[in-house]
Amino acid sequence: MIEINDLHKSYKMGSNSLHVLKGINFKAEAGELVAIMGSSGSGKSTLLNILGMLDGANSGEYTLDGVPIKDLSETKAAQYRNKFLGFVFQSFNLINYKSALENVALPLYYQGVPRKERQEKALKYLERVGLKEWATHLPSELSGGQKQRVAIARAMAAEPKVLLADEPTGALDSTTSYEVMDLIQKINDDGNTILVVTHEEDIAHMCKRIVHLKDGVIVEDKKVKQVRAEQYV
Amino acid sequence: MFNRDRWREILEVLTSNVGRTILTAFGVCWGIFILIVLLAAGKGFENGIRADFGDIATNTMFMWTRRTTKPYEGLPKDRSFEFKVSDVQAIWDNVPNLRFVSPRNHQGGTGGGNNVVRGIRTGAYSVYGDYPEIINQDPMTITSGRFLNYNDINERRKVAVIGRGVLNDLYEKDEEYLGTYIKIQGVNFMVIGSYKKNSNDGNGEDSQKEIFVPFTAFSQAFNRGEDVGWMAITAKDGSSISKLKDNIINVMRERHKVHPEDKRAIGYFDLYEQYNRVESLFVGLKAIAYIVGIMVLLSGIIGVSNIMLIVVKERTKEIGIRRALGEQPWSIKKQILMESIFLTIISGMVGIIFGSLVIYGINSLLDSVGPVDMFINPNVSVGVVSGALMILMISGLLAGFIPANSAIRVRPIEALRTE
Repeated sequence: MIEINDLHKSYKMGSNSLHVLKGINFKAEAGELVAIMGSSGSGKSTLLNILGMLDGANSGEYTLDGVPIKDLSETKAAQYRNKFLGFVFQSFNLINYKSALENVALPLYYQGVPRKERQEKALKYLERVGLKEWATHLPSELSGGQKQRVAIARAMAAEPKVLLADEPTGALDSTTSYEVMDLIQKINDDGNTILVVTHEEDIAHMCKRIVHLKDGVIVEDKKVKQVRAEQYV
Repeated sequence: MFNRDRWREILEVLTSNVGRTILTAFGVCWGIFILIVLLAAGKGFENGIRADFGDIATNTMFMWTRRTTKPYEGLPKDRSFEFKVSDVQAIWDNVPNLRFVSPRNHQGGTGGGNNVVRGIRTGAYSVYGDYPEIINQDPMTITSGRFLNYNDINERRKVAVIGRGVLNDLYEKDEEYLGTYIKIQGVNFMVIGSYKKNSNDGNGEDSQKEIFVPFTAFSQAFNRGEDVGWMAITAKDGSSISKLKDNIINVMRERHKVHPEDKRAIGYFDLYEQYNRVESLFVGLKAIAYIVGIMVLLSGIIGVSNIMLIVVKERTKEIGIRRALGEQPWSIKKQILMESIFLTIISGMVGIIFGSLVIYGINSLLDSVGPVDMFINPNVSVGVVSGALMILMISGLLAGFIPANSAIRVRPIEALRTE
């Protein structure tokens, strides 16, 4: 599903150049649930941004579902993001003047799905994250966990090939974190490919595979026995 | 374009900070208001001046004799001379492209003593000896009877066409006046018609107190012989009297043995030149109205542009999210542009409405206090209003252009990082 070869990325900081990713080789099959771990500055968010086509690499190859991702125009990148990827952010990133339903329907709107169908679909995904009754509420009326669940519903609404989650539990307490992880696990159970960036051990062990990043290189890549989040909820 | 979600979003954004939106809108509103009011005021002024010209044929000059200022061919300076009836034919023969050449004579006037008598009533009126063509040069409406014709000229009939003012002075209300006689300087003339002139200027009263009699009858009755008081000469449409003027005056100089360099012996008034001067004044007025209006509008537009920039800045993160979710850059650009155009047009419309209300108010005020000199019916045409709307469209587009571009210049990753 995802294949990257010898990926390099450096940022220019004035006259200095900061080499963040120093040759990453990584492969993820369809249906995997991968945790990308590392301390801050290890390059894990940069990797995720490149995977999410929010940022470009300096060199290296990136293939997503057989499509080479290289030298994309903004328009093309937007199209691919919309078609291939779903994002979940640490700070939820919901649009605060739109209701939960409208937020979820947003990616469908960019796909040009007719209004009615869009709302039906969005409602279906809200129901899946257990927030059907909150459809008309604004994000400011939701709790942190609820917000993240809306964000997950939004990421799933466009039926992406890969779900990218950047510290999805970073702003939540542990109970809520487990609830969110439970949801992510269930989505994964349905066969979706998910990448989770985290620095929390317990969250990482709720995935099926852990990739350790340190100073811009992968130092460890191991399969783990998944801890189900259900038992903590 | 007519996408419900897009419009909802535009309204959401613009109503999220109502105070700011209204203040921004005010700039554009004010600009278009000033544009409309200035244009209307210019138009009112133009209407006023045009009314002063009345219906008079503007491609016309008037020409009269004065004393010579140079000796010529043995004749002394300070010599006075008169145009003769034969000069009319000479002008026709020598100058092409003329439409009317009317010799005129005149006596009396409201300033002088009473010169017209009917029974026990008397009055002081301007009496003109004229050819029938004069009605085309100095238009009037014949309200009863008829105007002068060539039979009157040829037979030197002592007939008169009198104005409304004369009628009111010399006759009882509802009295039959056609076929009756009035005595002008002791000579009886039969009234054959009455006229009314369309005039809105201050001399309106005087212009209704004139009497027109056949030129030939006038000359005979008042001992003018072959003399011509002055001439009214109109050029054909398409050629300007201002260009023919020198030609005509040269013919007259030659015939009356006036020195070719004598600029003052023949006096004239070129109505066309005056009219053109006024016309260019109107053009200037309109230009000033447009320039001032558009300048004020421009500052309003810059205000809109500024606010849109702030809105974009405030929404940087939101725009980042949208782009992460896959919104196309042009769609974001379109959104910002539409917000800007919408805001500009709505506030512009409000400006147009207020401007129209003010113009309406001025008009009804003018109606109630009666005519004001040189200012009649200020208005703007539908053309001007749709022009203003076009200006608004374009300026809304311009105002949104920079913010829209800055909205998509921020890369989604940077936009998302903004907290």
